[in-house]
Amino acid sequence: MATMTAPGTTEQLTRSASASRTSARRSRKIRDHITGHAFLIGAVLCFTLFTWYPMIRGIVMSFQRTRRGETTWVGWDNYTRILADPSFWPAWRNTVYFTLLALVIGYAVPFFVAILLNELRHAKGYLRVLVYLPVMLPPASALFLFKFYAYDPSDAGLFNAILKFLHLPTSQWMQSAGATMPAMVIASTWMNMGSAVLIYLASLQNIPGELYEAAELDGAGLWRRIWNVTIPQTRLILGLLAMMQIVATMQVFVEPLILANGAGTQDSATTVAYLIYQHGFFQNDLNGAAALGVIMLVVLAAFSAFYLRLTTKND
Amino acid sequence: MAQDSSTRTLVSQAQLSRGKGRYVYWTLLGLVVLGFTLVFIGPLYWMVTGALKSGTEIAQTPPTLFPENPETGNYVNAWHNLDLAKLLFNTFYYAAGAVLFQLVLDTAAAYALSKLRPILGNVILGAMLATLMIPAIVLVVPQYVTVIDLPFAHLDMLDSPFAIWLPLVANAFNVFLLKRFFDSIPEDLLAAAHVDGAGPFRTLWSIILPMSRPILGVVSIFAVTYVWKDFLWPKLVMPSPETRTVSVGIYAFSGGTAMNEIVAASVIAAVPTVIIFLIFQRNIMSGLTTGSLKG
Repeated sequence: MATMTAPGTTEQLTRSASASRTSARRSRKIRDHITGHAFLIGAVLCFTLFTWYPMIRGIVMSFQRTRRGETTWVGWDNYTRILADPSFWPAWRNTVYFTLLALVIGYAVPFFVAILLNELRHAKGYLRVLVYLPVMLPPASALFLFKFYAYDPSDAGLFNAILKFLHLPTSQWMQSAGATMPAMVIASTWMNMGSAVLIYLASLQNIPGELYEAAELDGAGLWRRIWNVTIPQTRLILGLLAMMQIVATMQVFVEPLILANGAGTQDSATTVAYLIYQHGFFQNDLNGAAALGVIMLVVLAAFSAFYLRLTTKND
Repeated sequence: MAQDSSTRTLVSQAQLSRGKGRYVYWTLLGLVVLGFTLVFIGPLYWMVTGALKSGTEIAQTPPTLFPENPETGNYVNAWHNLDLAKLLFNTFYYAAGAVLFQLVLDTAAAYALSKLRPILGNVILGAMLATLMIPAIVLVVPQYVTVIDLPFAHLDMLDSPFAIWLPLVANAFNVFLLKRFFDSIPEDLLAAAHVDGAGPFRTLWSIILPMSRPILGVVSIFAVTYVWKDFLWPKLVMPSPETRTVSVGIYAFSGGTAMNEIVAASVIAAVPTVIIFLIFQRNIMSGLTTGSLKG
């Protein structure tokens, strides 16, 4: 811009000229702000329509009821109706059970797989591709594989054939209420663990080698080194991933829908997310579904706040 | 892969290359390679070959390791009965549109937030990042209600691809990823462009975007795989048989179609993402870790 002058030279100019210049500068500044917002407007509109507004709408909806196009305020009615649903408590029990089971299997396994892969000096690329491959499959595809071939309750199923080969008792899998949840967690872990493994691997590579060196000189064995070097060094990412995984698994939906046809036998598979879907899109109860969504939001927000407080307290 | 002996890990290189350590290492390596191949490729092998078996062979006990009379009938039937060509085309169309919308709108937004910094920009960024804390399932119902009756416009967007494209633009993670990348581009470069008379759009197009190819690639690949894998949202907003995505289409047929045909269709549905992965594995895996670790 040719008209621009350095601030230092203004004192040599007359008062009126400097005044007109500041106003020109101000109008140019306003124009820059407008240009900036012009670049933002598309994304801001999408955020407004599809996340900011629906967030508020969801809360508002949970206190309303729409019947034959007429919307009225009904107070806590939707909440009491949802709480009275016989599937409400089974859904929460299943969801928490799924989450805990996924934590036991799906949280520790990727960490140890990552430690193992980090020690290997060969076939690194191949093993990484293998671990991440299931993440790239459409979940529906992978779940039909598990449903029809792996969890086939007859002895023709893959898992039963393996169990039989090893002379172990076979299972009815999705047809047995007790095996439903573990079977869903196994499928879910197989499908999703690749991302966690790769994230752990990246954080393991950031650990300075001297720490292991020093620990070894001090006589620390393999397990001591994992416990006293690896885990403290990756604590931050371990904690963060645990929270992210819990928030993600609390919303489990596709696994029960495809593997257990939604509810399983006598609500053995119903999850909270499935109950939201059921109310919203089958029982014509979008308001009840919104109320359950708000309950879920409150539970997850409370959990996250509590968790973050707990894990960051000693820092 | 190349030996990487420069950085020391849990077990020292010296310990692995001498005496007993060497045997333990090679045995472990063999076991891991074998075990991982069985665990991760095994089910896929079972899936691909299972769909090559006849209905009677798949019900046989014990199951056969190799199909006795491999027949492609299930794949052919699945292709025709489920109209997979149509389903695959739909999914591809939604994925391509999602890439386009995300690249254009999220890049423009990230550029504004990183370099133009208009008034209230930080508030907008904060409000965008706050959406990362909202669980997706909580938004499903109000989002659906919004899509069937868009505020002010009163448009019903059901069965319109915009119902998939536009909500995907509201992706705070993308905006954040792009903004952080743009932040690393030196101001001097932009100042030089400014002196040469380049306006903000010209600067974005000729300077920022050519330098940002890696991150744009990561955003595009993630958009494609996200659309390909998504299930609940397309199931809700694309209810007609003509507009379904491939996953939803297979699910819709799973009740009344032979098991082997559904699995054959599942194999076909998985081929595009597997190919994308094998081609772009390096970008995908590095994008995953840069996005989540250093964030």
